[in-house]
Amino acid sequence: MAQTAENDAFVAFERVQKSYDGETLVVKDLNLAMPKGEFLTMLGPSGSGKTTCLMMLAGFETATHGEIRLGGQSINNIPPHKRGIGMVFQNYALFPHMTVAENLSFPLEVRGMGKAEREKKVKRALEMVQMGRFGGRRPAQLSGGQQQRIALARALVFEAELVLMDEPLGALDKQLREHMQFEIKRIADDLGITVVYVTHDQTEALTMSDRVAVFDDGRIQQLAPPDELYEAPKNSFVAQFIGENNTLEGRIEEIGGNRCTVRLDTGDIIDANPVNVKNKGDRTRVSIRPERVEFNPDLGPEAHTLKAEVKEFIYMGDVFRTRLSVAGNDDFIVKTRNRADQHRFSPGERITIGWLPEDCRALDAS
Amino acid sequence: MSDATADPNKVEAPTPDDPLAQAKALDNRDASGRMLAADGTPLKRQLAKSLRVQKIRALMLIAPLLIFVLLTFIAPIADMLFRSVENQIVSETLPETVEALEDWDYESGEAPGEPVYDALYNDLFLAAEYKNHTRLGTRLNYELTGVSSLFRQAGRDVEDRGEAYLDQFEELNDQWEDEVVWAELMGSDEWLEAQRAWSEDSGDRLPRFQLREGVAALLPETTRSFLNFVEFIRTEDRESPLDEEPWSRVYTALYTDLMNNDVSAYSGPHAELLQEAAAAVPDFETQTTKEFFLSVDDDWADPELWGTIQAFSPDYTSGYFLSAVDMQKTPEGAALRNEDERIYGLLFKRTMFMSLMITFSCILLGYPIAYLLANLPARTANLLMILVLLPFWTSLLVRTSAWKVMLQQQGVINDVLVWLGLVGDGSRLVMINNQFGTIVAMTHILLPFMILPMYSVMSTIPPTYVRAARSLGATNMTAFRRVYFPQSVPGIGAGSILVFILAIGYYITPEIVGGTTGTFISNRIAYHISSSLNWGLAAALGTILLAVVLILYWAYDRIVGIDNVKLGG
Repeated sequence: MAQTAENDAFVAFERVQKSYDGETLVVKDLNLAMPKGEFLTMLGPSGSGKTTCLMMLAGFETATHGEIRLGGQSINNIPPHKRGIGMVFQNYALFPHMTVAENLSFPLEVRGMGKAEREKKVKRALEMVQMGRFGGRRPAQLSGGQQQRIALARALVFEAELVLMDEPLGALDKQLREHMQFEIKRIADDLGITVVYVTHDQTEALTMSDRVAVFDDGRIQQLAPPDELYEAPKNSFVAQFIGENNTLEGRIEEIGGNRCTVRLDTGDIIDANPVNVKNKGDRTRVSIRPERVEFNPDLGPEAHTLKAEVKEFIYMGDVFRTRLSVAGNDDFIVKTRNRADQHRFSPGERITIGWLPEDCRALDAS
Repeated sequence: MSDATADPNKVEAPTPDDPLAQAKALDNRDASGRMLAADGTPLKRQLAKSLRVQKIRALMLIAPLLIFVLLTFIAPIADMLFRSVENQIVSETLPETVEALEDWDYESGEAPGEPVYDALYNDLFLAAEYKNHTRLGTRLNYELTGVSSLFRQAGRDVEDRGEAYLDQFEELNDQWEDEVVWAELMGSDEWLEAQRAWSEDSGDRLPRFQLREGVAALLPETTRSFLNFVEFIRTEDRESPLDEEPWSRVYTALYTDLMNNDVSAYSGPHAELLQEAAAAVPDFETQTTKEFFLSVDDDWADPELWGTIQAFSPDYTSGYFLSAVDMQKTPEGAALRNEDERIYGLLFKRTMFMSLMITFSCILLGYPIAYLLANLPARTANLLMILVLLPFWTSLLVRTSAWKVMLQQQGVINDVLVWLGLVGDGSRLVMINNQFGTIVAMTHILLPFMILPMYSVMSTIPPTYVRAARSLGATNMTAFRRVYFPQSVPGIGAGSILVFILAIGYYITPEIVGGTTGTFISNRIAYHISSSLNWGLAAALGTILLAVVLILYWAYDRIVGIDNVKLGG
C-alpha cells in the first residue's frame, strides 16, 4: 500500500536525511506522503527538525540524502524560485519598501504577467483575506494580524498549489491567533490547496490540521489525525507532548490481547491497554488523560482501583482541577466538569480513583 | 441610573465617597475652560512646575559639554563666519578720511579735494604713530595691488611735512622747542600743578590732562592734535607731556590755526610767543597736504585708489565673498575678475567633482565588503571587520605617505608595471600629485566611513526577505535588485553623506598627494589662514563651503529623506 500511496502523493519525502556539520543528523530517515489538498502540520519541540524539513521542501536547504518529490517529480535540484511553492514566514517577511499591492504584485511581476492581469489577481487576493482597502498601505502601517493576512495573500496570489507556513501565527496575541487559525483553515479549504504548516503550538496543530506529524529527535514520532493523536498516542513522547497527561511507572504483570495488568513500583496493580509493550516483565509507563479518571468508580467486579489523597483543588471556571497523590506521583491531575452535583474536594481527603482499562495506555518506558 | 431619573424622590445627594462625585471634583475647569489641578491652580502651570526640576537637572547634566562646545566650537565658527563680512579696519584707521570722502564722487574721474587730503594726513599721522597703517595697507592691497607700499611710504614720510613747519617755528623762536612751553600753553594750571607733582617712580597714575580754558576756541586744530598726542604718550609710553616734545603734526596744526585765526586778543601764558609766531607765519614756506601727498607718490591722485578706499569704507563688506567667487568689488560695483585671476570657481568645481568621485568609488568598493560583513558567519565577519578598521588605527599621515610610495613614478606600482613589461621604462605612469592620486588616496582613507554605516544597515535586513522573494519566484539577481538593494539604500545614503562631507573639507591628503591639479578648496583656505593671512577671504571661502554642504544636505533630505538615513539599528 505504501508504494501506490507514495506514487500518488502530491508531496513526498523519501528516506530524507539532513546534516549540517557532517557529524550529527538533524533529520533522520524522514518518510512522508501527502495527498493533494491535505492540511498537514509538523509539530514538535524546537530543534526537532521540523523547520529544516520545511526549508528542504522550500528549497533553502538541500537534503543530504534521499529524495523530495512534488507532484511526482523530484525537486532536489530545482532552485527555490522555480518550485512554485508559496511560503508564509514567521515574521511575514513583507517587503517594507513596497506597498501591500506591490508586495502582492511582486510574484506576478517576476513571472512576467501583464499589468491588467496582475491588478486583477492582486485585487482578488486582497479581497480573499478581507484586506481590499489596504492595497496602498505600507506593511509598517498594518497591525500584526493584517500583516499576517497580507503575507498569506502574497503566498497564494500566484496560485501555488502547495503553501508552506513557518509558525505564521507565532507573533500574534492569543485571541487573534485563534481567529487567524480558522481564517487560514477556511481559505485553505476554499482554495483546495495543500498546506504544510510548522508550529510548536499543539492546540494550533490539533484545531487546524487534517493530519499532524509529531517530530522529535529528527524523526516523525507519529503521523495521524488530531483525534487519534490525542486519544491513541503511539509512544510516551507523543502522549506527553500532546495534551495533558498523567503517568505512572511499573512492570507488565500479565499481558494478553488488548488488556494487560501492570504492577506499579509501589506494588499496586492496575489494568491497562498495551500499545507498544510486548513482553511480560517489561518496564512500562502508563498514561491516563486527566479527564478520563473517575472518582469513586463503579467499574465492575474485576476492575482495579487506586487509593489517592487530595493535595490541591483548583477552581478554573468551566472545569475543576484536582491534584492528587497517587502511587507515589504527587502530580496526578484529574479534571472534572463544573457540574452542580460535582463534589469539591478539600486537601487531605482520601478517596478512591479508577478508569476504564482502554483509557489507560501502557507505553514504552523511555 | 434609569431608576433614579424615573423617580426623582429617590435621588440622593452624592456622598463624599461616591466615586462619580470624586471624578467630577477632579474634572475641575476654571471660567476660561482650563483644567485645574486638585488644589485649584491651573493644571498646565502645575505640570510645568513639576517638569521644571527635571528640565533643570537635565540642563545641569549637559551643561559642561554644552559650555565646552559653545566655547571651543560654536564661538570660533561664529567668529570666523563674522570675519567674512567684517571690514571695520578702514573706518577705524581712517575715520576722518572716510567721512570726508562721502562727498566725493568716483564717477567724476578726478582726485578728491583738499579736505580729503587734510583728513588723510590727520588719520595717517595717527595711524603711523600707532603703527597700524601697514595693516590697513595690507587689507586694501587685497583689493588694489600697490596700496600696501603706498601706505607704508606715506606712513614714513608723513612726519616730514610737520618737520618743515617745526623747523620754521624753531627758527623763529627756540622756545617752540620746549615741551614745557607747549604744556603751559595748552594745559590748565591745575593740571600743570598736578603734573609737576607727579613723578614716574611714584607709581601713581598720570594726572588727567585738562585743557586751558579758551585755547580750544583759539587754536582748534592744534588742540585736537595736541590732545591726540597727549593721549598717545599717556597710554602708549606712559610719559608726561612735560618731558616730551609734541609731534611735528602739532606744528602743522599750529600753522593752520595761526593762518586762519586771530590771536591778538589772547592774554594767557606765552601770549607774546604766540603773537610773534602769528605775525611770522604768513611768510612761512608752505605746502598743501595734497601737494605733500603727491610729492610722496603720484598715485595718491589716482581716483582708483580713492574709489577703493570709498568702496571699502563701510563696516561690513561683501568684498571677501565677491573675491571668493572670482569677482571683485570695484568702485563701480561688483565685477568679474580677469580670466587669468579666476581660481576659486575652478577650485570649488574641482572639489565637488572629486568629492563625488571619491564618494562613488567608496560606494563601489564598500558595498560588496559591507554585504559580506553582514552576511558571513560571525567569526569570519569579525576578522573582516578588523581588516576594515585597521586603517583607523594607523596614522593618517602614514597612510597618505604610503600612497606616495606606491604611486610615484619610481614607486612600487610603476616598478611592477615596468617589470611586467606593461609599461615602458620611459613612459612610467603619472599617478601622484594629480587628481588621480588624490582620489585613490582619499577613497582608501574614507572607505571605512562608507562601509560602517552600510554594514550596520545591512545587518538589520533579515535574510528572510531574500528567501521570501526567492520563494515568490524571483531569481537571485531579481531578489537582490528588487528586495535587498532597496532596503540597503539608507546605508548607502548615510555613508555617502558622511564620506562626501568629510571629503569636501579634506585638507591633509590633497596637500600631500594632490600636487597642483589635485588640491581642494580647503587647501586654499589653509593658505589664506596661514600664509597670506587674508582671514576674511578664508572665512568667506569657508562660509561658502559650509553653505554648499548645508544645501546638499537639504537637497538630500528633500530627495531621499533624512529619516531614511540610518547609522545603525
